[in-house]
Amino acid sequence: MRISRPVLRKYGFIAAFLIVPLALYIVFFVSPNLQAFQLALTNSRGISPDFAYVGFDNFRTLFADDVFWAAVRHHLLILLVLPIVTIAIALFFSFLINLGGGTKRGQLSGVLGSGFYKVVFFFPQVLAVAIVGVLFQAILRPDKDGILNSALGLVGIDPVGWLINPNLALWTLVGVAIWQGVGFYVVLFSAGMASVPKEVFEAASIDGAGRFTLFFRITLPLVWNTVQVGWVYLGIAAFDLFALVQTLSVDRGGPDDSTTVLPLEIWRTAFTYYKFGYSSAMGVALVFMVLTFAALTLRVTRRERIEY
Amino acid sequence: MTITPSEITRRQMMRRIGLTALVAGPAAGLLSSCATSGGGTSAAPSTAAASTGGASSASNPFGVKPDAPLEVVIFKGGYSDEYATQAHEPLFNKEFPKATIKHQGIQTIGTTLTPRFASGDVPDVVNNSGTDNLDGGALIGAGQLLDLTPLFDAPSIDDPSKKVRDTIVPGTIESGMGGDPAKPYTLNYVYTAYGLWYDANLFQKENWAPPKTFDEFKSLAEKIKAKNITPYAYAGKNASYYQYWMILISAAKIGGNQILLDIDNLKDGAWTADAVKQAATAWAEIGKFMDKSYEGLIHTEVQTQQNQGKVAMYPSGSWLENEQAKDTPSTFAYAIAATPSVTAADQMPYEAVRAAAGEGYVVPSKAKNAPGGLEYLRVMLSKEGAKDFTEKTKSLTVVLDSTEGLTLSPGLTSVAAVQKAAGTNVVTYSQFEGWYKELETELRKQTNALMFGRISADEFCTKMQAAADKTKADSSIPKQTRNV
Repeated sequence: MRISRPVLRKYGFIAAFLIVPLALYIVFFVSPNLQAFQLALTNSRGISPDFAYVGFDNFRTLFADDVFWAAVRHHLLILLVLPIVTIAIALFFSFLINLGGGTKRGQLSGVLGSGFYKVVFFFPQVLAVAIVGVLFQAILRPDKDGILNSALGLVGIDPVGWLINPNLALWTLVGVAIWQGVGFYVVLFSAGMASVPKEVFEAASIDGAGRFTLFFRITLPLVWNTVQVGWVYLGIAAFDLFALVQTLSVDRGGPDDSTTVLPLEIWRTAFTYYKFGYSSAMGVALVFMVLTFAALTLRVTRRERIEY
Repeated sequence: MTITPSEITRRQMMRRIGLTALVAGPAAGLLSSCATSGGGTSAAPSTAAASTGGASSASNPFGVKPDAPLEVVIFKGGYSDEYATQAHEPLFNKEFPKATIKHQGIQTIGTTLTPRFASGDVPDVVNNSGTDNLDGGALIGAGQLLDLTPLFDAPSIDDPSKKVRDTIVPGTIESGMGGDPAKPYTLNYVYTAYGLWYDANLFQKENWAPPKTFDEFKSLAEKIKAKNITPYAYAGKNASYYQYWMILISAAKIGGNQILLDIDNLKDGAWTADAVKQAATAWAEIGKFMDKSYEGLIHTEVQTQQNQGKVAMYPSGSWLENEQAKDTPSTFAYAIAATPSVTAADQMPYEAVRAAAGEGYVVPSKAKNAPGGLEYLRVMLSKEGAKDFTEKTKSLTVVLDSTEGLTLSPGLTSVAAVQKAAGTNVVTYSQFEGWYKELETELRKQTNALMFGRISADEFCTKMQAAADKTKADSSIPKQTRNV
């Protein structure tokens, strides 16, 4: 089949630009992912080119593995809490920063010092997650020398085992993740709010809408698309949390597996147990979980786009 | 790359475990799968003397040619290489003044020497250590290392009526075994002891004595607690293995080393044996004296607390004093005590300690001056050689009674005393830690659960047995066995 000249001219030009990034993407992303699917069906130990195909054995073992289910359960809990809380806090802050200050000289503006807050909220996002982990090691130290516990000690509260109480540890980690994540979403939602024409808010304001109405009736529906994007990001983040668990939890995932997550188990299975096949099977399971989540979210939260 | 001796000791030990894994035989897992050249080539010359034609005598048991050059490669890490250039090599030269010694102190043992092994142009002594080291299992598999049995059977330099094997800490030779059938290919030279560490000055001031039984342990703990000091603690966050070492040592003291061999060999019911149960019960009692917060601290945090006088006893190995050197106040004097006896009917006496040898030295089988290489190791194993090493590196060697006349640090003095008191009562090192990582991970988890009061000793044993059974049933994990 001959490709007509105009088509070639149009798409050939675009393709020429795409060829390098596409090649990189295929070599470094697509092919390793496909290889994980292949490895998941083998008993590879990762250090020898010899391995055998074992069919779905790895998946059978996986579904009978208590630690795997503990990790899945943790992801579901994180998935319920992390996005909602982060988005709620971020929306609240970005509303205050952009529109919450009332009308000045006929224009809606943020609360006093909102420029400063914007920068401060974004700070944690600038820090590498490993640094966040090290910082929180000091903050959450379980004895009275911990920063948080020594503050509590001033008001007479006994040290709290933030990361050593199996019932509390996971929520502490989620708290750290929220602390780190909020800033980014404040900036994201601020951008979303900035793209909405000011007249809309001002009109509502003139019509007598209070801050509450302004937020729930006007702002939220208008930035819904952005919120939806944030939701997908955070949902995917809920399937990660590797670095925080790795740096903060007792013995990586403890106490008693109460904080373990799939990426950590994948890492441990591959690089401590040298079971690359089994580890890949976990990875495949994770891929399906993330894909399912993303597809569901996009479907459920689909709304009509509002044209300004 | 600077590495503290303590790190080396531990890493060394881990590698030693890897090496000994090959004792196991055909199913020897990861390492042997690298050693693709296969087992059958035990082409190591039986006695190297024949090949170079020097005359052997009582003082020259390997028949070293007096003028044959010797090439020594030393890992220049935490121990540096001065102990070789300023002690061992001059000692060798004293015996053979005509021999020229070519010395190389490097950090990249593996990268530098792999091509030389491939071409057959190898040094005569290699200190195979550091992160970039040679794969000992692969070398053994390829017949590249010399069987050191003649060395251990040779007369000792200090007392020709004794064999070298009788002048070193029991277990040293076994720790360097590899291949199938197992032979000693590696000389592990540095001695590490494990036990309870305390501040001798504090104990003296308070008139406390290290406990010899668990009853004494508990009553001492009460006294220490009354002084507002935590009697005993370990770091649950990253060093729960320090604690399971103690439980395993206690189990071995109760039931003998066979208990630990059974655990390594995944024998049915090894973890539910009475000795293990009794050890776990005894230690769980001690765990009650520990604040819950220790589960969330890392080893250096707890060690610093001990230096500050907030923790009385801490489980660790003899690298501890060096590791904490910067944080130890001058009033603090490290001392080690053996773990207390659990029952009156313990198979091993209170004095028994777990000791392990690390930091490997090998002689390549294709070495041009292999007899010289063996002789060099024999010099290292002389009292003078060992003493010089300890002086230069602040670490003890496996050579018995080699610290006379040395001014040792308080910690080393106490390790030497414990080593002497233990004699042949040595608790063996557990190999499953390196062989079966899933079992080891489970043990860390359950040790914290036991010591911080979330499970009973019975549950601890049942859960560990279940994990061991799971490992045993898992066909994807290559199995290994040991007899000594």
